[in-house]
Amino acid sequence: MRTGDDHQINSETEQHLIELRGVTKVYGEGYASMQALRGIDLLIDEGEFVAIMGPSGSGKSTCMNILGCLDTPTAGTYTFKDVEVNQLTRNQCALLRRHYQGFVFQGYNLLNRTSALENVELPLIYRGAPAHERRERALKALETVGLKGWESHTPGELSGGQQQRVAIARAIITGPAVLLADEPTGNLDTARRREIMELLASLNHNHGITIIIITHERDMAAYASRVVHFLDGLVESDERDRKVK
Amino acid sequence: MLWNMILMSLREIKRNVMRSFLTILGIVIGVGAVITMVTIGGGATAQVSEQIASMGSNLLMVTPGKRLGPGQSSDTVLFKVSDGEAILRDISSIAAVAPVSSKSLQAVYGNENWSTQVTGSDNQYFRVTNRSIRTGRQFSDSELRGGAAVCVVGETVRKKLFGGQESFWGNIRLEKLSCQVIGILEAKGQNTMGMDQDDIVVIPLRTYQRRISGNQDVALFQVSVQQGASTDKAQQDIHRLMRERRHLSPSDDDNFNVMDMKEIAKMLTGTTQLLTALLSAVAAVSLLVGGIGIMNIMLVSVTERTREIGIRLAIGALEREVLMQFLVEAVVLSSFGGLVGIALATAASFGLARLMQVPYLFNLTINVLSFLFSAAIGVIFGYFPARRAARLDPIDALRHE
Repeated sequence: MRTGDDHQINSETEQHLIELRGVTKVYGEGYASMQALRGIDLLIDEGEFVAIMGPSGSGKSTCMNILGCLDTPTAGTYTFKDVEVNQLTRNQCALLRRHYQGFVFQGYNLLNRTSALENVELPLIYRGAPAHERRERALKALETVGLKGWESHTPGELSGGQQQRVAIARAIITGPAVLLADEPTGNLDTARRREIMELLASLNHNHGITIIIITHERDMAAYASRVVHFLDGLVESDERDRKVK
Repeated sequence: MLWNMILMSLREIKRNVMRSFLTILGIVIGVGAVITMVTIGGGATAQVSEQIASMGSNLLMVTPGKRLGPGQSSDTVLFKVSDGEAILRDISSIAAVAPVSSKSLQAVYGNENWSTQVTGSDNQYFRVTNRSIRTGRQFSDSELRGGAAVCVVGETVRKKLFGGQESFWGNIRLEKLSCQVIGILEAKGQNTMGMDQDDIVVIPLRTYQRRISGNQDVALFQVSVQQGASTDKAQQDIHRLMRERRHLSPSDDDNFNVMDMKEIAKMLTGTTQLLTALLSAVAAVSLLVGGIGIMNIMLVSVTERTREIGIRLAIGALEREVLMQFLVEAVVLSSFGGLVGIALATAASFGLARLMQVPYLFNLTINVLSFLFSAAIGVIFGYFPARRAARLDPIDALRHE
């Protein structure tokens, strides 16, 4: 395996927030097996705003799942904040997600029939925060995403854009090191997409949250400071230091 | 955390009121039935003991055989009249001894006939069993000695045979024996076992032996101890005397019994208690079925909420926390069922107690026990679905529609 060697060679001075080294992922076994990732190397530093692009089946979502500790690589290493994630148990992964990562999904994934405020409070419940603190921080997070006054509405009473804002508020309430968004604008119209991307950009800019998003569209990726292209389970191109729009 | 989980589960239950209600119905019925059975059984037992105790703590019963009731061996040595006389003569603390032999017979008068308990005894019988003669008279000495065909009847027998006539001094027929009514007893009502104490015809013992049983035996003695004297002491004295009279060597077992009312009460309530225990066991089975109902619904709930579980896992819920959430939900459901069951049982046993005329005795132990048991059912039957939820793969769970 080349992974080990690569890791040895790469003892650079700077510590990266996220370090993928020779990551592969194979689904299934034997003839039916499918290689989703064929050896990815990806370094992401704190404060970056990374857009991952690529056609369907290029391995973007698999990579995202691995970054979010929801899935484990077949081979290669994933290091998050100096912790080798491969070695973690299921529960340790959950704790890592709880303390350092925020998730935003294409389908919002809010709890139905539960108010926006309570949806946003949810991660803090698992952190064991007292009720008044949860409420305070949830109100603040909702204000940050521009939903002041909508706290008591349930997802059914909110538009898609608003639901995604609630989901973003839920993701940032814990003050995560990284926010992972899997096609956050996929279900929205153009105007709402812009709003969501601007919100993410401002979170990256003003709150210093590292953001990694998956998107299909160039104009959405244009908000990011770095665009990584995936093709057939490999990194095809990596454009860094772009101007933030 | 636990508090939050309880709140969450309460909300989940509130969202599916109808389903939750149907889910806990099994537990409600189970807990309700168990508590009702035990409460009513306890009331009946208490009533029996109390009534027997009220018959007089100074009553003793001397019976042949190893114990009273069915199962006496046929080679039991029966008593003779002289045994009773010896008890009265030799033991100073004895107030009265009544020899008792009885048999169920048809009493016939004119066109009326009525099956009743015919008892052969003497005048001491009225004293010992606390009966008094309402109208008429007791047996005279000559009647007792001569085995005259006379009888004293209870109120029920009077009503059945003579109808409206308050007193009647003619002849009635008991099997082949025609005897003259000389007295009517004061009504006494039902006894502890629900038996009518007025359904009785008393005839002189000698008459009974000659004309009905055809032997010289006495089935048992009812003994009343003098007021103020120790019943325990009298019991021991009779015991010693009877062993002597029956020539039992120290190594022989007793072939008779001297029981006080407490022992009789214990024996009679034993049946009630056994019945209560059996019925409660049947009711407990419905608790088990209720538990399976809970498991079923929790499994449905886990499938329905797969996506929610995925969300929770994705935002950092531990396996253990998801497990706890569903477990808490199951326990809250089943405990709620337990509480409703307790409420139902309280109402039911209160009503039943009045209907059956037994005292309502609140049984704290069984209430607490049933509640804990229903909560335990939540834990046991909630565990499997909860574990299933906790073990879900977050990616699959999030994709679940």
